Amino acid sequence: MAHRVDALYIFLLVVTGMMAFLVCLLVVVFAAKFRHRPGIRAEQIEGSNALEITWSVIPFVIFMAIFVWGAVVYFKEHTPPADATDVYVVAKQWMWKIEHAEGQREINELHVPVGRDIRLIMTSQDVIHSFYIPAFRIKQDVLPGRYTVEWFHATEPGVYHLFCAEYCGTQHSGMVGSVVVENPADYEAWAKANSSGPLSASGEKVFAELGCSACHRSDAPGRGPNLQGVFGKPVQLEDGRIVTADENYIRQTILDPGLTRVKGFQPIMPTFQGLVTDDQLNELVAYIKSISTNRPVTPGDKIGANAAVSQVPGKSQPNGSQVQ
Amino acid sequence: MADSTLIGLHHEEEHRPELLHHFADVTQQRNAASLGMWVFLATEVMFFGGMFCAYLVYRTAYFGDFAAASKSIDATLGATNTGVLICSSLTVVLAVWAAQTARRALLISMLVVTMLFGLAFLGIKGKEYYDKFEEHHVPGASFSFDHVPIPGHPGEYANPRHAEIYFSLYFVMTGLHALHMIVGLGIFTWLLIMAWKGRFTPEYHTPVEIGGLYWHFVDIIWIYLFPLLYLIDRHP
Amino acid sequence: MSMEIAIPQPVERENYLNNEYGFWSWLLTTDHKRIALLYLVSITFFFFIGGFFALLIRLELLTPAGDLVQADTYNKLFTMHGMVMVFFFLIPSIPATLGNFLVPMMIGAKDLAFPRINLLSWYLYIIGGALMLHCMLTGGVDTGWTFYTPFSTNFTNTKIVEAGIAIFIAGFSSILTGLNFVVTIHRMRAPGMTWSRLPLFIWAHYATSIIQLLGTPVIAITIVLVAAERALHLGIFDPKLGGDPLLFQHLFWFYSHPAVYIMILPSMGVVTEIIACFSRKRIFGYHFVAFSSIAIAVFGFLVWAHHMFVAGISVYSALVFSFLSYAVALPSAIKVFNWTATLYKGSIHYDAPMLYAFGFLGLFTIGGLTGLFLAALGIDVHVTDTYFVVAHFHYIMVGGAVMGYLGGMHFWWPKISGKLYPEGWAKLAALIVFIGFNLTFFPQFLLGYMGMPRRYYDYSHMPEFQVLHVLSTAGSTVLGVGYLLPMVYFLWSMRYGRPASDNPWNAAGLEWKTSSPPPTFNFDKEPVVTWEAYNYDELDAPVHPQEVPVGR
Repeated sequence: MAHRVDALYIFLLVVTGMMAFLVCLLVVVFAAKFRHRPGIRAEQIEGSNALEITWSVIPFVIFMAIFVWGAVVYFKEHTPPADATDVYVVAKQWMWKIEHAEGQREINELHVPVGRDIRLIMTSQDVIHSFYIPAFRIKQDVLPGRYTVEWFHATEPGVYHLFCAEYCGTQHSGMVGSVVVENPADYEAWAKANSSGPLSASGEKVFAELGCSACHRSDAPGRGPNLQGVFGKPVQLEDGRIVTADENYIRQTILDPGLTRVKGFQPIMPTFQGLVTDDQLNELVAYIKSISTNRPVTPGDKIGANAAVSQVPGKSQPNGSQVQ
Repeated sequence: MADSTLIGLHHEEEHRPELLHHFADVTQQRNAASLGMWVFLATEVMFFGGMFCAYLVYRTAYFGDFAAASKSIDATLGATNTGVLICSSLTVVLAVWAAQTARRALLISMLVVTMLFGLAFLGIKGKEYYDKFEEHHVPGASFSFDHVPIPGHPGEYANPRHAEIYFSLYFVMTGLHALHMIVGLGIFTWLLIMAWKGRFTPEYHTPVEIGGLYWHFVDIIWIYLFPLLYLIDRHP
Repeated sequence: MSMEIAIPQPVERENYLNNEYGFWSWLLTTDHKRIALLYLVSITFFFFIGGFFALLIRLELLTPAGDLVQADTYNKLFTMHGMVMVFFFLIPSIPATLGNFLVPMMIGAKDLAFPRINLLSWYLYIIGGALMLHCMLTGGVDTGWTFYTPFSTNFTNTKIVEAGIAIFIAGFSSILTGLNFVVTIHRMRAPGMTWSRLPLFIWAHYATSIIQLLGTPVIAITIVLVAAERALHLGIFDPKLGGDPLLFQHLFWFYSHPAVYIMILPSMGVVTEIIACFSRKRIFGYHFVAFSSIAIAVFGFLVWAHHMFVAGISVYSALVFSFLSYAVALPSAIKVFNWTATLYKGSIHYDAPMLYAFGFLGLFTIGGLTGLFLAALGIDVHVTDTYFVVAHFHYIMVGGAVMGYLGGMHFWWPKISGKLYPEGWAKLAALIVFIGFNLTFFPQFLLGYMGMPRRYYDYSHMPEFQVLHVLSTAGSTVLGVGYLLPMVYFLWSMRYGRPASDNPWNAAGLEWKTSSPPPTFNFDKEPVVTWEAYNYDELDAPVHPQEVPVGR
């Protein structure tokens, strides 16, 4: 979608260029033509309502066109395809930790195959960072305490800059890396060479180790809801609200069960805040996704009024051949 | 919009001791002071407004935890303080009336009573803060809020971290309010001194009026604070 | 083509500068004109401090490697540059100097409504400034002027609380100035000075004051919350406790966006006065320009989250704020068109103030138009947090606000000091500033779109950006010279400049109907206004009634 962003950019360049040129031209012409000459006085003109309305309405129409176009691009950037491949990103001062669904782990590098939709599910271990790939024209702040999402679809093999774009401390300038887009064969080779088992398998282990399976049974009704097939589906909470069980919902429930209590169940789930790392949270989310047949499509619903708003600021299909 | 029209018409006004030299006449001076105080109070609304905004956001998100925390502060003391402030606003109104009608003794006594009410408010507030300190409800290293049930939800306990947010907001909001009360007491001390010296007359008592305005404002902020902080989800 | 007429004054009349001498006559003054000069000295001081930090930043960025200063030092440099320039230069600049000096005079009053509060305002500024200086000298702050949480509350080790208190105190200075202006404009206009006869400079300051009054308290409380969180370990913004870092951003930008209108509106007021005077005609569309100022102030409060399009707000929220951001662009565009139309059939003189006004027109237009890029959601995702944004706001604040400020200083200098500045040097300085400015900041638009992030001291991973950085740094040195020149020749003119008459520009406005410099109480007799604003037809009426102006 980088080309979509660039198309809008060029439109803006043309339109604003014309407006700037017009204003500058008029100023220069008037300044020259109406410079002071002895004996000639200025003409006192009050104004002109017609002119005021004209030069209010026309720019406003142009502004609205730009607004709509920009909004359309933004909306597309925030709507990842349902079957996009998940990649988990954990940002910390001052590096990017990448965890592929198939289990590969990288630091400051993101390998992806050409032509695949990639959805980045990102969180921060400490302060706010921002995952910025200029070549793809995408950027999304990465926040502590919740997931934010962006997506892209690379169309050209190559190596592209990855920058942290939200000031995060001493080595903010050093929090750079690369997005390595490879053709499918090379990517498969890389993936095999670097795999350590899928993320969801690690998640299944964590699920057992932390004792989740004691209450969340899949064979019989347990003290907690059965999590088979729950991901991406609507859930009714105790207070009547209906929310979608997306990544942020899962994460929040593990860390703060009191907020998202499911209707019909006792409030006995303990909190795992401090007992589970961001990496383990990603693994658990991957596991719960893997035992669902559906994947979420909609942008997340709001859980509570503030902190745990689940976002899907997903990203574009960048044209990989963009200039960096 | 004719504000400064009375140039030289009221010659005797130019010799009024309280007329500041840059004003055309006392009417303009009084109007300026009055508008000035109203504008200042508007800025105070925005100042407290930021806190109210933060409070509303978290209360909506963590209602149960906030209700539990709210239950742990003493609503009787809060209600008493509300009554104290409402009475003090009454005495302020009486003080202004006394100034308008040249009742110096009443003016002085009403100013004193208002200040006594203010001190009472601060005293009760101090007791409340002390209680919170004793119960380890002051945010920070020694904060604890374990196993406190959420009202109306048997078996559920408040999340201590969210309760700590409640108490953070509680102390900042009531603390800033108390600070404004102390400033108010300072203003009224000065008004008292001026009243004692006989500076206020029916023609000139602007400081009493705008001092009163300030006091009423501080009172109104409390009228909002009390139900928001003390009465979350309380049932008789 | 210059217009000023110098009439040497044989006898020095008593004016606000010479009626009292001595240290305390200045430090305890309640005369709005003296307070304006106190501010002038103070903000100039902070301007050069902020400018010095800028120079160091640009020097570091000459090379891709971070080799001039350490990372932490650089982070402090850009933070302090921002804080000093925003809170201690731009926000007070025009209102506290030109505003303080001119608002009472333009409306025919003897002083502001609350002269002692005016002096208090200056002292608060000085105390805040001193505290900020101390903070900078003893370690400084490294959070960026935006001090986002949780970095500023839980992670940085620098002096957030001290800097926060300094800004808090300076904020009160700003609030009190705004309060003084609003009450003065409402209550102390001279007889006959109706709202429609007010100079547009007054309308601009009125709108600015509304923003100062309603916006600044919100940053004040935000600072209190951040300071409390750091000092007392509260946790309102700490995600580990369930706090929301985005709440901070909302509270911060709720003030900081309207703040940029505090910085530009007074400059627009100055430019309006200059264009009218040097075109010798009334402003085209007076009421539209007046109401545009108010509209900018109102709409300015509704667009803050356009700084947060990638911060994690919802898509729907982003749509609303993008739409409103286009709405707020419209009144500024209307003003630009009205200024341009004022030039039409004018009789234009190219004195230095007008050159600054021309510069403002061009640079503010470019800066404003790039705002349209940023308001477009799809584009903003790419260019936010890059040098594109840096270029955008410097075009407006430096190319716009500072140009207007300098133009105003030149225009009213004869009134303020009673002396004329050297016109030749002034024209040269204006040209140097214009060239230096564009060379510094235009390359940054390109850097931004190419992906150069903000707040990077080391770009050795992208050495291809160096060319543009070198151009930018070169420009900044030229710009620095352009700023030093006026300081030198203004000071020179106070001693050696030609004495100015009451109205060297033959300009409209009550301030020109009294002596240069004015007496302490501004007017010998209270003016009674019976004419409309910008009555240049009367001012330029032929001296001999028999002369008939030649038509075009």
